[in-house]
Amino acid sequence: MASQTLSVPAKPRFQLTPRLRKLLPYITISTLGLVILLLFLAPLGYMSLTAFKTIVQVRDPHSQWLPASPINYTYQGVEYPLLLVPTEDGVQELALVKPGREESDYVDPQNPEAGIFTVVGRWRTFEPVYEFNPTTANFPTSWEQVNLGRLFRNTIIIATLGTIGTLLSSVLVAYGFARFRVPGISILFIILISTIILPRQVTLIPTYIFFRTIGWGGTWLPLIVPHFFANAYNVFLLRQYFRSIPRDLDEAATLDGATPWQVLWHVILPQSIPALIAVGLFHFFFAWNDFFEPLVYLQGREDLYTISIGMTQFNNIFNTQPGLAMAASMMAIALPLIMFFLAQRVFVQGIVVTGVEK
Amino acid sequence: MAKKVEQPQGKQAKPRNNLMRREIRWGLLFLSPWLIGFFIFTLLPTLASLVFSFTNYNPLHPDQISFAGLSNYARLFTDPFFRQAIGVTLRFVLISVPFAIIIPLGLALLVNSEHLLGKNLYRTLFFMPSMIPVVVNVMVWRGIMSTETGWLNRMLGVFSIQGPSWFQDERWVLPALTLMGVWGVGNAMIIMLAGLQNVPTELYDAAKVDGATSIQRFRHVTLPIISPIIFYQLVLALIGSFQYFTQAYIVSNGRGDPNGSTMFYNLYLYRTAFNFLDMGYGATLAWVMFVVVLLITIFLFRTQQRWVYYAGGE
Repeated sequence: MASQTLSVPAKPRFQLTPRLRKLLPYITISTLGLVILLLFLAPLGYMSLTAFKTIVQVRDPHSQWLPASPINYTYQGVEYPLLLVPTEDGVQELALVKPGREESDYVDPQNPEAGIFTVVGRWRTFEPVYEFNPTTANFPTSWEQVNLGRLFRNTIIIATLGTIGTLLSSVLVAYGFARFRVPGISILFIILISTIILPRQVTLIPTYIFFRTIGWGGTWLPLIVPHFFANAYNVFLLRQYFRSIPRDLDEAATLDGATPWQVLWHVILPQSIPALIAVGLFHFFFAWNDFFEPLVYLQGREDLYTISIGMTQFNNIFNTQPGLAMAASMMAIALPLIMFFLAQRVFVQGIVVTGVEK
Repeated sequence: MAKKVEQPQGKQAKPRNNLMRREIRWGLLFLSPWLIGFFIFTLLPTLASLVFSFTNYNPLHPDQISFAGLSNYARLFTDPFFRQAIGVTLRFVLISVPFAIIIPLGLALLVNSEHLLGKNLYRTLFFMPSMIPVVVNVMVWRGIMSTETGWLNRMLGVFSIQGPSWFQDERWVLPALTLMGVWGVGNAMIIMLAGLQNVPTELYDAAKVDGATSIQRFRHVTLPIISPIIFYQLVLALIGSFQYFTQAYIVSNGRGDPNGSTMFYNLYLYRTAFNFLDMGYGATLAWVMFVVVLLITIFLFRTQQRWVYYAGGE
């Protein structure tokens, strides 16, 4: 009694058993998480379900959640639609043989020998009977239509090379900004940040003309090579991260005779693995999703197209072919998804608690 | 610490200058990839485009380029589309930036919570949508927000709310784009999660021993430690909103539909430069945007001493 009063002072509260009190945070947080997650993933659900729908199913005025089609029942060689008809014996699945305004003629598929009978009620207000009827045809069709295989190969090559480039260069530059007292370095840093906020349209025309002049127009080089010269976003993130690592450690290493390379390699990088993986992933997905630059630099070279711009034609036919668009979308996000699942483990393992006390 | 540094110096009697010069050399070496890249891919093109902003440059007739003085800049004051584009962009910044901070932080706290069962799965699943190409993103949300068959309006219908025609309604298209943007907070969430996991557990333990509640621990331990990350995110979100382009371009096929309500600044700039090939005025628009965004960022950096905490010191 005394201990309970201590743990819950002042306000009288609903008493919980100790076990439930221990479980309660798990139940609350996990339920909350699940609800948020379901809302968050609903669009993916929409995408997945639509990908298995035919155009008729998408346009169905009764618009089913699942890819489903109305069932017909064949009676004496003719197909009739099955409806959910409210009768005296409850709602029954009946085939509509002869529609009328206020009453219609039906046949019971359970008991066709009974023949045609009449039920009063407007048939238009009755729901059709649906059966789960997905189509997989959207996948091969959309794959062929935009040559997804080639788009994948192109995008993977560009994304991989760019990721290597940006990791190498951004780590070096971020380290330089985080730890070295170079005169004017704060001004340089402000300049670096300005390049983030510099609208890329500012540099686009002259850069485009430059790349054309040196013969890189219609190649992947403009999409890859600039990433070997560090990227302001990544430098900024890594520098913020490096700066949150206490300086005592690298000062101690320096006093022990470590060169800056060794400090970077043995002190800074091991503590920054989450940030490094984050940067690597972000760049890969950036390259995977980038829209503007491939559009500008690969114009007219359809054989070099990336996923993003290769998929635009589905956006234009979306209203007529949502199933195709969603099927292609599912395939386009499969690889990043697998990659992230694999990297996730490294990501979690790679978290090194910073050794402030050591 | 300071004493230790001075000791070897005193013994070897080397001037401080030598050490400093070495540090400068190393620093420049590490900075060099960016310095070179900055010169080739940023500085020169930016200056070139500044020059363009004082001309009537048209790529179809590059030989007819002539000096236009300040006329491009004077044109800003009489250009109704310029004013409209600024209005759209500012409204979008006000609507979307708070979401771009609070939602990823909330999600990061959620997936970092010791009370969440299956954390790793949640992290992956919350991140997943941000890997989706923008084109796909737009297509999916078009479907979700479709007036008649979209899931969003059907869900609202369950609560007897008549949902708007999101992308067709000029009052609702910016909230719709913001909602679409919430789907892409995975990157920000991961960055904030990395920050949360970097908070030394000793600090939490110490706070617990001192009797701090979980809200106090969040306010006085978590927030200060991750404040550099929040600052980083705030800057990026502001800049991202000011430079919003691709989604608006895809949603409206580059026309700013409906009725100019998605004619974002960058979209207007793009149209001016690449559709109407008025690259002189386009360069002017780009430079104005650059200066405005730069001023805002400098202002933010000025405020950071007040609320951003660096464990590594300045």
